[in-house]
Amino acid sequence: MALTIEEVEHVARLARLNLPAEEKNMYAQQLSSILDFFTILNRLPTDGVEPLAHVLPLFNVMRADETGPSLPRDEAMANAPLAEDGQFKVPKIV
Amino acid sequence: MTDKYEAVIGLEVHVELKTKSKAFCHCATSFGAEPNTHVCPICLGMPGVLPVLNRQMVEYALMTALALNCRIADYCKFDRKNYFYPDLPKNYQISQYDLPIARSGSLVIETKNGQRAIGINRVHMEEDAGKLVHKGNIITTPYSLVDLNRAGTPLLEIVSEPDLRSPGEARVYMEQLRLILLYLGVSDCKMEEGSLRCDANISVRPQGQQQLGTKTEIKNLNSFRSLERALDYEITRQIEALAQGERIIQETRTWDEDRQVTMSMRSKEEAHDYRYFPDPDLPPLRIDRDWVERVRRSLPELPEQARRRLSEEYNLSRYDALLLTASKDILDFFDDCVARYPKPKVVANWITGDLARLLNQSKLEIGDCRVTPALLVGLLKLLDEGTISGKIAKAVLEEMFTTGEAPDKIVKDRRLIQISDESAVKAIVDEVIAGNPKVVEDFRNGKDKALGFLVGQVMKASKGKANPELVNRLLREELSRR
Repeated sequence: MALTIEEVEHVARLARLNLPAEEKNMYAQQLSSILDFFTILNRLPTDGVEPLAHVLPLFNVMRADETGPSLPRDEAMANAPLAEDGQFKVPKIV
Repeated sequence: MTDKYEAVIGLEVHVELKTKSKAFCHCATSFGAEPNTHVCPICLGMPGVLPVLNRQMVEYALMTALALNCRIADYCKFDRKNYFYPDLPKNYQISQYDLPIARSGSLVIETKNGQRAIGINRVHMEEDAGKLVHKGNIITTPYSLVDLNRAGTPLLEIVSEPDLRSPGEARVYMEQLRLILLYLGVSDCKMEEGSLRCDANISVRPQGQQQLGTKTEIKNLNSFRSLERALDYEITRQIEALAQGERIIQETRTWDEDRQVTMSMRSKEEAHDYRYFPDPDLPPLRIDRDWVERVRRSLPELPEQARRRLSEEYNLSRYDALLLTASKDILDFFDDCVARYPKPKVVANWITGDLARLLNQSKLEIGDCRVTPALLVGLLKLLDEGTISGKIAKAVLEEMFTTGEAPDKIVKDRRLIQISDESAVKAIVDEVIAGNPKVVEDFRNGKDKALGFLVGQVMKASKGKANPELVNRLLREELSRR
């Protein structure tokens, strides 16, 4: 199953990846071979098998509604490339 | 031109739940804190952390879903909705995609053509994003600031079917939904603080056409007024475009409150590819019948149930019932009064009449005003006992409203006790008859209205204190005697 260059570009854009032309070709091949592997899995009979969202037999893991300490602000913002008035500063959005 | 088209509207309402802590971490949810002080590695989206679901969020979701007559899922899960936006630190939002907690409900609204059930497509749980602060609006700002205090706050998304047909209906639906949420106590529903928000999907089509037109989605609707106005604007814009042979583009638009217009934000085709997948950090939920029934039994009385109770038990009109259930506080006030003074219609009239007028004038809510149920009932008893007249009672209510003093004290201090002493009233009656020979003549010639004028003169002369029934009787007696 061959992935087109356009599809690779679309997926790269969704992940905010800027790929040079030669890498686009490389990923098209690699991703295609991953999808080929799924076509093998697709041959298995799965009629009557419920889709599985989680592999562990765990349900209803919940905590009580109680508050705890948050991070000090300088620690929370330590990695911010730009900040202003205690807030993260980001480029224009739209 | 507008009446050749029909609007089709569906609302996506987001409501912040009133939990103490966030959906998946221990950070507090309180509004108005210093920016980025209620954040931790989990809600900041740091690698290697483990979110754990807040039980109260699920309880509130179940209450809401049951109040909206939804079918509760016996199995549901959380998914990651992937997109890049600066208010979303993880680059995905924890939400529910194909298996929401509830589906297929309804909400009944009052329209000008009677009651109508608006379908609820789904109710799902998700986390809120952070807050973006722009200089001016989102389109003209040079940069934006991000406060992540709100990131991770529990949110319900309540999606209606496209059953609404006008901006007015959309507003009423939103108001009723808000009222139900307030009665449930699951949210404080403050639109101005963003704890209740709404996006509107809207399209138009020629009257009679089955197929839906192309829709746009309007964001940034922060009040009932902007919801109504933005929809009005967008309906006109779409109809004008279609009339000129243009095509409506499916897109997200933002409501510009200052300029009162909707503006294009981005084209929808490109941006929305969310690649949902089950969140591996959060095990699914199994919701058994016992859990649902326990929540159902714990539900408080809802607005529509209260309206029916008021109609059935107290014989009040639908109109009165709607006014008395307009907030939980009004209903509680009414119930408290009736428990002390079992004349529901009288109580209803005073609350929806004079008290409501005073509240409106001073822009107060019933819970903030100084008139308590005990004070109002005290006033009604003075009226029943004949201590004061109806007219004086209105004046005493106004005094109570400003000072919060007890009605009997006001009546005593201001010497407002009704004059029921026959000789005292008769003296005034004689005076008025003597002073208005022309009107007396009119009455004798069969002009019944003349009596009303004379009654008014006696009441005026007594500064409103004369017992009106006594005035009426004595006037008639005197007039027939002479």
